[in-house]
Amino acid sequence: MSHADTMPKPRRNVELLLLVLALSVSIGANALISIDEQTSLDTDFWFQSSLLAVASLVFHVVLRLRAKYADPVILPLVVTLNGLGLAMIHRLDAPGEDTGNNQLRWTVIAMAVAIAVIWFLKDHRVLRRFTYISLAVSALLLILPLVPGISAGEILGARVWIRLGPMTFQPGEVAKITLAIFFAGYLSSNRDLIMLAGRKIGPMQFPRFKDMGPMITAWLVSIGVLIFQRDLGSSVLFFGLFIVMIYVATSRISWVVIGLTLILGGGFVASKVFSHVGLRIDSWLNAFTEEVFGRSPGGSGQIVEGLFGMASGGLVGTGLGQGRPNLVPFANSDMIIASFGEELGLIGLFAIVMMYLLLFTRGFRAALGTRDAFGKLLACGLSFAVALQCFVVIGGVTRLIPLTGLTTPFLAAGGSSLLANWIIVGLLLMISHTARGPVDTSPMQPGRTPEAQKPVPVTAAGSRQDRNTTQTLPDAPTEAVKHL
Amino acid sequence: MNQAIRHSWIAAIAMFALIFGAISYVQVVGADELKANPWNRRAILQNYCNDRGAILVGGSAIAESVPGNESCKFQRRYNQPDLYAGLTGYFSRSYGVTGLESAMDAQLAGSSDQLFFDRIGQLFLGNQPKGASVELTIDPKIQKLAYDLIPDGQRGSIVVTDPKTGNILAMVSKPSYDPNLIATQDVAKEQAAYNEAIKVPGVNLNPSVSGPTGALLAPGSVFKLVDTAAALKSGKYNADSVLPNPAQMSFPGIQYQLPNYAGGNCYTRNTASFAFALQQSCNTPFASIARDLGENAIAQQASKFGFNSDLGDQLKLDYAPSVFPSDLDDAGLAQSAIGQRDVRATPLQIALMTSAIANSGVQMAPNLIKAVRSPDLRVIDEPKPAALRTSTTPEIAGQITDWMTSVVSEGIGSGAAVPGVEVAGKTGTAELGNGLNNSWFTGFAPANDPQVSVTVVMQGVDISTGAQLTSPNAKKIFEAVLNK
Repeated sequence: MSHADTMPKPRRNVELLLLVLALSVSIGANALISIDEQTSLDTDFWFQSSLLAVASLVFHVVLRLRAKYADPVILPLVVTLNGLGLAMIHRLDAPGEDTGNNQLRWTVIAMAVAIAVIWFLKDHRVLRRFTYISLAVSALLLILPLVPGISAGEILGARVWIRLGPMTFQPGEVAKITLAIFFAGYLSSNRDLIMLAGRKIGPMQFPRFKDMGPMITAWLVSIGVLIFQRDLGSSVLFFGLFIVMIYVATSRISWVVIGLTLILGGGFVASKVFSHVGLRIDSWLNAFTEEVFGRSPGGSGQIVEGLFGMASGGLVGTGLGQGRPNLVPFANSDMIIASFGEELGLIGLFAIVMMYLLLFTRGFRAALGTRDAFGKLLACGLSFAVALQCFVVIGGVTRLIPLTGLTTPFLAAGGSSLLANWIIVGLLLMISHTARGPVDTSPMQPGRTPEAQKPVPVTAAGSRQDRNTTQTLPDAPTEAVKHL
Repeated sequence: MNQAIRHSWIAAIAMFALIFGAISYVQVVGADELKANPWNRRAILQNYCNDRGAILVGGSAIAESVPGNESCKFQRRYNQPDLYAGLTGYFSRSYGVTGLESAMDAQLAGSSDQLFFDRIGQLFLGNQPKGASVELTIDPKIQKLAYDLIPDGQRGSIVVTDPKTGNILAMVSKPSYDPNLIATQDVAKEQAAYNEAIKVPGVNLNPSVSGPTGALLAPGSVFKLVDTAAALKSGKYNADSVLPNPAQMSFPGIQYQLPNYAGGNCYTRNTASFAFALQQSCNTPFASIARDLGENAIAQQASKFGFNSDLGDQLKLDYAPSVFPSDLDDAGLAQSAIGQRDVRATPLQIALMTSAIANSGVQMAPNLIKAVRSPDLRVIDEPKPAALRTSTTPEIAGQITDWMTSVVSEGIGSGAAVPGVEVAGKTGTAELGNGLNNSWFTGFAPANDPQVSVTVVMQGVDISTGAQLTSPNAKKIFEAVLNK
């Protein structure tokens, strides 16, 4: 933005254009697969394609009405990822299977929920009121899968599902969001206290022990998830989320050091004590030994098959529908990245990873731009969670790190994951709306909507200040919100 | 706070840099290693389901890829499977690849360097990879005739070649099997069919241990052609030589006596000319030649006909080298000279020996490949007739031809005589020690301008069955090839 045009621009038309591009990629991929399977472009195909298009356009219109300054790149990125996921899941469906349509149903539900969040929440700062309620909800969500009667029991070694009528649901996915809200609310209120007190050891200032409370809580939650739900991936994700948020809140690298020490220590002990963690690590390190390859469950067959698939894709891939991703267990969920690597090649997979990179970068951009500490923390935490989740999943599939049971956001088959990630998108869009929109200096009052206030155009100096003064005055514009 | 957000973003970017690196490693740098991993089913399946080129005989396919089912786009089909099994081999998921399917794999699969530009074209046009087709020198009518001349349940082989070019016109053996059953999509059926087929004694499942190229049989009297060539070459013998022809031959120090052949008129004379000895297939004259010339002379002549030697690179089938033993004692040499004891020859070897005599002493390299054609029918390989080695001089070859002609016209090979055509031939009866014999006929026609050589062997037959199944069958093949 040059200094000449100082009025914030909604950029909704750019979004529409990008959305058309996103839909043509997703629907094009689906068309390629339909043609390849010689099912022709039947009514099913047209129904699915138009449903996705209509849902995306409705989302777009809602943004025009409710969050017109929202980042124009986020929605098209997510629609592309979701559409590619749908196409691949459809492609991997054996005859008679209906995972593709199920995923489409969940996509529509998830988008509807995200729309509802944007429509009714109006301003993300409202969520700050629910700081402690979020904590309670998180605890509830994490305990649910362990409650007899509701729990769906142990599926594939993890106890993370609950039964809702005919469906199963992974409440941990949603807990990711409620935990982020809690951390953001708690840290934005208490950051001064945590930040100022402490002892300096060498170059780092360490917190007082009593300020370690939230850190210990987060660590216990993570370890609890690991022990009771046997879900290494979520455990890492929750803890990573917390470390980043406390680091952003305090700018103290010591928190990261303590956090990493705790998680590495915890992880090391867990790998010795709990067989499921030990097996994961063993099948990562010794994936290509015969004994580990053939072991079931807990062997390396899944990851090795995935590597074979990706290797066969090479640089340009076999082409959609031309490979054999079906040889890989969980090809449409945990291992969907390997399926894409095989059929779209290195180039296609790089494009997908680049879309994730752009997505979380836009999230971080919203965090930089928004003026309230709560919004900054929330956007930063959620964006980092998406990035970390991608890293854990793709790193696991490529054998960079041990494979865990996390889902690939938007791509992998699974309703809970879609729902949670779309809600994250809704929240990021709302935060980016405040970040990119006119500066709102008036205090937010309960019952008053931000729309009621007049948008104040930002001056050239104002917008530059927003960027340049961060070194010296970290949160000058957030004061109004802070003393709410 | 914004600085910390930027740092978090950098941490996320660093994680993604690792992901990009890991993907590059799996899909490009380490891809070849992964593809070569023995656990990688994709390598087999990929090749397995490709559109391989056809193997053609007389313009029609004996092995071709036809559209397969859901899991495999193409399926190998063998037409007239039992007739050609010994040549085509099979292309099996469980049992690998044998026969021409294996020897010509690079061409059939389209991975040969000769097809480089075709592959480039396929890449740009987006066509399915398609292999080259391989046309054989086999004459389908002769092949069928020869196959039918071996009664079902009888173990035997027939090799028909063009002595001037080395082209193989027919090469059959029984018992045979149906390669379709061993190259199905269904691994369980495949294994059941293989286990069933392998039970049949002498089945030509593996061309290197059975069938015309692999079955190592005692050649019996047909080996006398080697003795004759060796005798003439030594200079000690000529057309007018008078050979001793006792009823038995004794050896100093042992009880064993080598009897003369009981089937013909040998007993009528105490001495014999070469012509008479060959016509009646007398044993003792040749035993005495071998004792006179010594082991080395016989062994050298045998290797000039191809024993213990390689057969060139145009045969394309695995073969077993025929054996003339070394370090023989006196009696052993005498027995070896008449093709008993430890002398072993494949039907193809005997055919090549006869062909060398027919072709004025020059042994042509046996050749099965008429042409290799790229998918657009361009000829990419067309083997030219090539001399393998000089087996003997034209004079000696001419002399032996004269005597072989008299074997058919006046001797015990009269069953092979074709009216109006001079046929040269030699019979053999190798005793197996249980009253049964390997019964041979090898010969060519017309004697003055050889067009075709025929070698027939029936294993484990009594004298009269052997006589019925060899020379008269050779006659039918001569008639068919020469259109008489």
